[in-house]
Amino acid sequence: MKPEANLSRALIYLVLLLALGFFALPAWFAVVNSFKPLEEIQSGNVFGLPQVWTVQPWVKAWSQACTGAGECSGLSRYFLNSVIAVVPATLIGSLWGCFNGYVLAKWPFKRSEAVLFVLMFGSFLPIGLFLFPLTVIFDRMGLSTTLTGLIVVYIIYSLPTALFFKNYFVGFPGELIKAARIDGAGLFRIFWSIVLPTARPIMMVVIIMSFTNIWNDFLFALVLAPYDALTVTVGLNNLINVVEDRAEYNVHMAAALIAALPTAVVYVVAGKHFVRGLTSGAVKG
Amino acid sequence: MASLHIQNVHKRFGTHHILKGIDLSIEDGEFLILVGPSGCGKSTLLSMIAGLDDISEGEIRIGERVVNGVSPKDRDIAMVFQSYALYPSMTVRENMAFGLRMKKVPPAEREQIVDRVSRMLQIEHLLDRRPAQLSGGQRQRVAMGRALARQPSIFLFDEPLSNLDAKLRVEMRAEIKALHQRLRSTIVYVTHDQVEAMTLGDKIAVMKEGQVMQFASPKEIYERPANMYVAGFMGSPSMNFVPANLNGQQLVMSGCTQSVSMPQASAAQGAVIAGIRPEHWTVQAEGQGLPAQVELLEPTGADTYATLRVGDQKVTMRFAAAQAPQQGQTLHLGLQTDAISLFDPKTEQRLN
Repeated sequence: MKPEANLSRALIYLVLLLALGFFALPAWFAVVNSFKPLEEIQSGNVFGLPQVWTVQPWVKAWSQACTGAGECSGLSRYFLNSVIAVVPATLIGSLWGCFNGYVLAKWPFKRSEAVLFVLMFGSFLPIGLFLFPLTVIFDRMGLSTTLTGLIVVYIIYSLPTALFFKNYFVGFPGELIKAARIDGAGLFRIFWSIVLPTARPIMMVVIIMSFTNIWNDFLFALVLAPYDALTVTVGLNNLINVVEDRAEYNVHMAAALIAALPTAVVYVVAGKHFVRGLTSGAVKG
Repeated sequence: MASLHIQNVHKRFGTHHILKGIDLSIEDGEFLILVGPSGCGKSTLLSMIAGLDDISEGEIRIGERVVNGVSPKDRDIAMVFQSYALYPSMTVRENMAFGLRMKKVPPAEREQIVDRVSRMLQIEHLLDRRPAQLSGGQRQRVAMGRALARQPSIFLFDEPLSNLDAKLRVEMRAEIKALHQRLRSTIVYVTHDQVEAMTLGDKIAVMKEGQVMQFASPKEIYERPANMYVAGFMGSPSMNFVPANLNGQQLVMSGCTQSVSMPQASAAQGAVIAGIRPEHWTVQAEGQGLPAQVELLEPTGADTYATLRVGDQKVTMRFAAAQAPQQGQTLHLGLQTDAISLFDPKTEQRLN
C-alpha cells in the first residue's frame, strides 16, 4: 500500500475513534458510576472501574429513591406508567398510521394531496404549540385524571407516521387491490388480509421509532399526565431534582440507565429489522 | 355462464374521450377477444365490464341484468390479471379460497372446490406454497385457478400471457383454449398479440383509439377485413397494400404494365388499394403474370418470406421452405384473385 493511502486510512480511523469516544464516554461514565458506592465517586474515582462493585444504586433508583416530598419508592411506579402508556400508544398509533398511509396511497380521494400536505406540515410544528390548548381540552373532557388522555395524544401525535407507510405503499401493486375487490373484499378487509401482512419491514421501522419517541417524551407527559400517574422521564427529572444533603450521583446514573434501557433493548432486539425495513422496497411478486 | 351485451358505451376522463361508443354482444359460452395497440381502450373496457371503472354513458348487461353501478363483487365475474395479482402473504390454497371465504361459502365446500380446481389445473402440489415460491407459469396457473374457483358467469382476462416467456406463452395459450372448450364458459380476453387473438377467439373486436374497427369471427377478420387498419393489424407478416387501378375486371398495380384479371371484381372502379396477404401470391410460368425480382429472403423454418419488387412496390410473399426462390431471381407472379381485398384509398374502407 502507498504511504498516502496509509495516512488517509489512519485519519479516517482517528475521526471514527474521536466520534466513538464522544458518544461512548457519557455512556461509560453512567455505567461505571452506577455500580460504585457514592464514597468512591466522592473520593475522586469518576472515570475508572469501580474498586468495589455494588448494585445498591440500581436497587435504590428502582425502589427507594425519593422523587418528591414524602415519596420515596424509586422509579418503578413511573416505569410501569410509561409501559402502560407507551405500549398501547405505539401499537395503536402504528396500526392507525399504517391504515392512513394505505388509504392515502391506494384510495386517493378528493383533496387527499392537501391532507398529505397538512400532515407533513403538522409534523414540523413544535409540541409546545399544542400544550396549552390540550390541557384545556383535557380538563373539559375529564381526561386529566387517567393515562388514557396521554395515550390518545401520543396516538394522534404519531399520525405523521402515515407518511412512511404512504411512501411504502405507493409501490404496492394496484392489481392486487382490484383482484381483492372482485373477490368481494372491502376497504378494511383488503387492508387487514392483504396489505398489512406485506408491511412488516416498514411496520418494524415505525414501531421502533414511535416507541423511542413516545418513551422519551417529556413535555406532554409533564403537562398532561395525572400527578399520580407520571411517566419515567418525569420521574427521572423529579428524582434528580430532589435536594438531599448530598447528591447521589451513582443513584442518578442508575436511574438514567433504567429510563434509557427499554429503547436500547428495542434497538438491540429489533435493530436488524430496522435496517432491513429502511432499505427494503415494496412487495415483490 | 351468461351472455354479455355492451351498448353504446362511452368513457371520459375529464376532457379525454377514451371510449367512443362501443357496441359488442356475445352469447353464453363465447370467447371474445379485445385486441388493439396500447392505449386503444381495451383494458379500460375490460375494467368497466369488471366494475372497477365507471361507465360514462351507455349500458353493460351480463345475462339479462344491467350491471352499470353494480359493484365488482356482485357482478358474478372473475378476473385474471397481467401481473397475476396473487396475494403475497397467502398460500396458493388461501389465494384460491379467498373469494369463496368472502362469499361466506362454508369451509368444507371451499376445500372441495379448491381441490377440484387444483386437480383440473394440476397445481395440487403447489397448494401450500406462497406466490414468491412459484415460477411464472405456476403463478399463471394459480391465477387461473383462483378465477375458476369463483365459478363466475364471465371470466375476464387482462393480457394474462404477456409476462411469460415465448415457449410458455404458447403452452398456456393452448391450455386456455382447451379449458374453454371443456368448460364452455363465457370469456372476455384482452391482448395486443394478434396470434393470441386469432387462435383463441370465437369473436374478435379489433380496437383503435376508443372505437371498434371490426367485430367478427377470426376467419372473417382475417379474410375479409373491414378496413385497412384491421387488415394491417391482423396477420404476420402483414398484408401487402398495393396502390392499383381497376378498369372493368382488369387490375393494374402501380408501376406495372401488365394487368391481373379480377373476375369477381366489385362495382368499385378507378383507384383502389389492393390488400394482398403474403400467401395469396402465386408463381406462374414464365411469360405470364407480373415480373418480380427477389430482393430479400427471410427463412423462419417452415416458411420463407421473400421481399419482392413488383412494379414500383415492395411486397412480401410466403413460400414453403422447400419452394423458396433464390435471391436476385425473377419470378412471375399471379394472384388468388378471390382472396384479394380492395380498399378505398381515401376512406380506407373495404370495397368488395
